[in-house]
Amino acid sequence: MLKKGINASPGIAIARAIVYVKQELTVVQQSIDDVQAELDRFNAAVAKSKDQLNTLKEKTASEMSEEEAAIFDAHSMFLEDPEFVGAITQAVENNKINAEAATKAVVDQFYAMFDAMDDPYFKGRAADIQDVGDRLMRNLMGIEIMDISHLDEDAVIVAEDLAPSDTATMDKVHVKGFATDIGSRTSHTAIMARSLEIPAILGLQDITKTAKTGEIIIVDGSTGEAIVDPTDEELAEYKEKQKAFEAYMAELAELKDQDAETTDGHKVKVVANIGSPKDVEGVVRNGGKGVGLYRSEFLYMNSDEMPTEDKQFAAYKTVIEQFKDGEGVIIRTLDIGGDKKLPYLPLEEEMNPFLGLRAIRLCLSKPDMFKTQLRAILRASAFGKTRVMFPMIGNVGEVRQAKAILKECMQELDAEGVDYDHDLEIGIMVEIPSAAITADIIADEVDFFSIGTNDLCQYTLAVDRMNQNVSYLYDPLHPAILRLVKNVITQSHNKPGKFTGMCGEMAGDPVAALILLGLGLDEFSMSASSIPQVKKIIRSVSFEQAKAVADKAMTMQTGAEIRQYVQDTLKELGIQTM
Amino acid sequence: MKRKQVTVTNKAGLHARAASIFVSEAGQFESDIDVIYGDTRLNAKSIMGLMSGGIGQGTTITIEANGDDEDEAVDTLVELVESGFEEEE
Repeated sequence: MLKKGINASPGIAIARAIVYVKQELTVVQQSIDDVQAELDRFNAAVAKSKDQLNTLKEKTASEMSEEEAAIFDAHSMFLEDPEFVGAITQAVENNKINAEAATKAVVDQFYAMFDAMDDPYFKGRAADIQDVGDRLMRNLMGIEIMDISHLDEDAVIVAEDLAPSDTATMDKVHVKGFATDIGSRTSHTAIMARSLEIPAILGLQDITKTAKTGEIIIVDGSTGEAIVDPTDEELAEYKEKQKAFEAYMAELAELKDQDAETTDGHKVKVVANIGSPKDVEGVVRNGGKGVGLYRSEFLYMNSDEMPTEDKQFAAYKTVIEQFKDGEGVIIRTLDIGGDKKLPYLPLEEEMNPFLGLRAIRLCLSKPDMFKTQLRAILRASAFGKTRVMFPMIGNVGEVRQAKAILKECMQELDAEGVDYDHDLEIGIMVEIPSAAITADIIADEVDFFSIGTNDLCQYTLAVDRMNQNVSYLYDPLHPAILRLVKNVITQSHNKPGKFTGMCGEMAGDPVAALILLGLGLDEFSMSASSIPQVKKIIRSVSFEQAKAVADKAMTMQTGAEIRQYVQDTLKELGIQTM
Repeated sequence: MKRKQVTVTNKAGLHARAASIFVSEAGQFESDIDVIYGDTRLNAKSIMGLMSGGIGQGTTITIEANGDDEDEAVDTLVELVESGFEEEE
C-alpha cells in the first residue's frame, strides 16, 4: 500500500516495521479480596522488571559504556528499596486495593517529594522514579514495554512522532528509517534523521494504523513515498533505487576535500550545524571544514543541572580543536525557552512562549548564568578560531548589552591571567524580522550575521511550523523572506570585513542554495548530510549564473513559482538532486 | 543498640553515587539501621528514604543499628562516610 508524506530526509530504507506507540497508562483502583494473591502478582512484576533492567544494563554496558548502563542499576535499586516496595505492599494489605493502584499512589507520592526539592540532582530523580513506576505498572497490567534501544535486526521505526528521549536511546545501528504520522521538515524527528543520515517520511497521518510491526516497509525519504507490505515488483524496483542512491552518495563523497567554489572562482564556506562534540565525526566525514552553528543548549538539555564553566569549556574546546585548521566554530549562546525547557530552570508559564522570555532575553535577565557560558566560550577561544553568536536579537540595544557582559567576562579573565582570543568575533542570529529590517543599524555592532530561517519564517509569515493546519503556509522561498535575506546580506557587505551566513534549514535546501549563492551569501551552514549536495550545486554553476537566477527569482510573486523556476534551472544545468 | 556520630565530608553529600554505595553497604547487615539527623530518622537500607533526606556536605549524622551485627554495621558505615566515599575530587 502506497502512502505519501513529507520527504524529510533522503535515501531509501527497506526493512521490517516496528510500530512504536506509547500506550497511555490508565490505572483504575479496584478492591481486592485475596491479598496474598495480589502480593504474589506484585512480586512477580517486580521480579520481571528487575530482569528487564538487568538485560538492558548488560546490553548497554557491552554496546555503549558502563557509565550509560549505570542508570539501570539505579532503577533496580528502587525496586529493592524497602521504603518503596514496603509502602506499596502496605497499601495493598491495609487498603485492600489492586497492586496497580497501590503502585501508582506510592510512585506519585515519591515523585512529588523529589520534584519539590530545590537541589537539581534530586529533582531530576523524580523522572527516574516515574520511569521505574511506569515499568512496574506496565508489567502488572501485562502491557509490553516498547524498547527500541536494542534491536536484533534492521528496522524502520513507525511512530506518531519521536521525542528527543526516543531518538537518544534508540538503537542507531539497526534503525534504518523513520515513518511518522505527524511532523514537518523542521521538526525534531526530521533534523535527527538528517543528522543520522537515515531516510525519513513524516506527516503520513495514519501510518501507525496502516503498518503493523513485522511487516516490510519501504521508506523513500527522497520522494516522501512509503510502501507498506510491498509486492515483489515494488521490492525489486526500490532495491534498484537504493543502489542508485548509494552510487549518487558515493559520487558526492568524492567532493569531500574540494572547495565550495563556483566555476568562475567565487568561493563560499560550507559548514555544519551541530549539537554536541559527538556530531563532529559526521561533519568531518561529509567534508565540513567548520561549524556555523553550535547549538549550545543541548549541553544544558542533556544535563541534570546547570552545566559548570569547566564542563562547557571542555565541550567547546573539543569541537574548536577539531576545526582549528579549518573555518572555525560559531557557538550560539544558550537558546532556551519557546519549545525548549530545562528541568532545573523553572520558567513562568507564558501565553506565547515564542514571543516570550527566551534565548538572549532570558540570558540578559540572568547575567550570572550568561557569564558562566561566556567565560567558558572565551577560555575555549584560546584553542582555535571561535566566534560567538547571540540568538533572538530584536534590536541593537540587546547587542550592546550582551557585548557589555562579554566585556566584563574578558576583564575578569584578564585579571585572572587566563588566556583567550582578544579579537573574538561577535555576531547575531537574524531570526526576528526587526533585526533583518534594521540590519544596517545592527551591522555597526557586530562582525557577522547568521540568518536563522526557521524562526525568521515563523515570525515573518506568522506561521507555527508545527501546526498541521497552517504549516502549508510555511515557505522559506516566500518573497518576503527572500527580501529580508537579501537586505541582511547587502547591509553586511556595505561594511568592510563583515559577512552573512545562514544556519537555518533553508541553507541545506538545494533550490534555496542556488538563490542564496546568487544573493551573495558568504557561509552556508547545515546538517552535515546536506553538505555534499550543496557543495555539488555550488561547484556546478558560475557565480554569474547564480546571480541571474537570484535576480529573476526576486521578481517573482510566489514561493511556488520561484521553486518551480529554480528546479527547472537546476535540471537545465544538468544538476541532479536527490 | 549501637550508635555513633559522623560528619559527611564528601563534596556531593549523600547524593547519587554516595547514597547508593551507602545503601548497598547497609544492606549487607542483618541489623535494622537508621540514619538520624535533627528530628529526621531515615532507613539506611532505603535509597529513596536516604535520598529524600537531602543530606549535604557538612551535615553531622548519627548512624544507629539494632541487631546481632550492630557493632560491625555502625563501624563499617561510619568508616565509609569518613572515607568520603573515595571521591576523586
